[in-house]
Amino acid sequence: MAFGQGRSGGGGRGKKGDKKSGDKEKGQRRPMFRRRKVCKFCADKIDDINYKDVKLLGPFVPERGKILPRRISGTCAMHQRKLQVAIKRARQIALVPYVTD
Amino acid sequence: MAARQYELVYILPPDTTEQQVTELHEQIAQIAARMNGQIEKNETWGRRRMAYEIGHHKEGVYVLDVINGSGELMKELDRRLKVMDQVIRHMVVRVDEEKRVVERTRTKRQTESERRRVKRGLPPQRQPGEGRSQMEADDESDDRFDGMEA
Repeated sequence: MAFGQGRSGGGGRGKKGDKKSGDKEKGQRRPMFRRRKVCKFCADKIDDINYKDVKLLGPFVPERGKILPRRISGTCAMHQRKLQVAIKRARQIALVPYVTD
Repeated sequence: MAARQYELVYILPPDTTEQQVTELHEQIAQIAARMNGQIEKNETWGRRRMAYEIGHHKEGVYVLDVINGSGELMKELDRRLKVMDQVIRHMVVRVDEEKRVVERTRTKRQTESERRRVKRGLPPQRQPGEGRSQMEADDESDDRFDGMEA
């Protein structure tokens, strides 16, 4: 991880280097402190992603009505596939919107 | 071959009376009975807001039927419902296979965890007050990072 490298590099160098690496670390650290995304369905051990469960699907259908991508929600591939089918079914019977403007 | 199971969801206009709902259910039950199917479960969710308008209706009465029967029966039901103008939307989904998969994964997880617990010398079921609580688990995940540079 970049975090560990930055620290060891800073310790090995002199005062000047130390300061520089410190700045760099500060700059890099901010965006790095993102929470690790975990698949909700794996974590909560939800086996069945059912189209009738609007409460479950709700968070994966944002304002606009699009299906939330995996890179945002952190859902694993298998569950995203199941989720996608469930959302599409729920759309057919008007439980979830196709589009909202 | 194992029997197929289907779920039929249909939406009726919001001003449908209870009687009309039962009447329609009766019709469906008749068709199902004629074609050697049986209705396992009938559920009326009642009036609920739809996510979008269907035929100028903003609300609808949702009815769910779980039907054991053949594909021909569902085809017939689908055709009938398409013709009926008091049904504003309907959908047929086959569920038996998915149900089986869900059941399998659930029992597999259960037996796996029991096996591991027995191996560790613990009783197979989780005892109350054992392990971390939900709150602590949430805190723990807070300091896990993805390690990616933005």
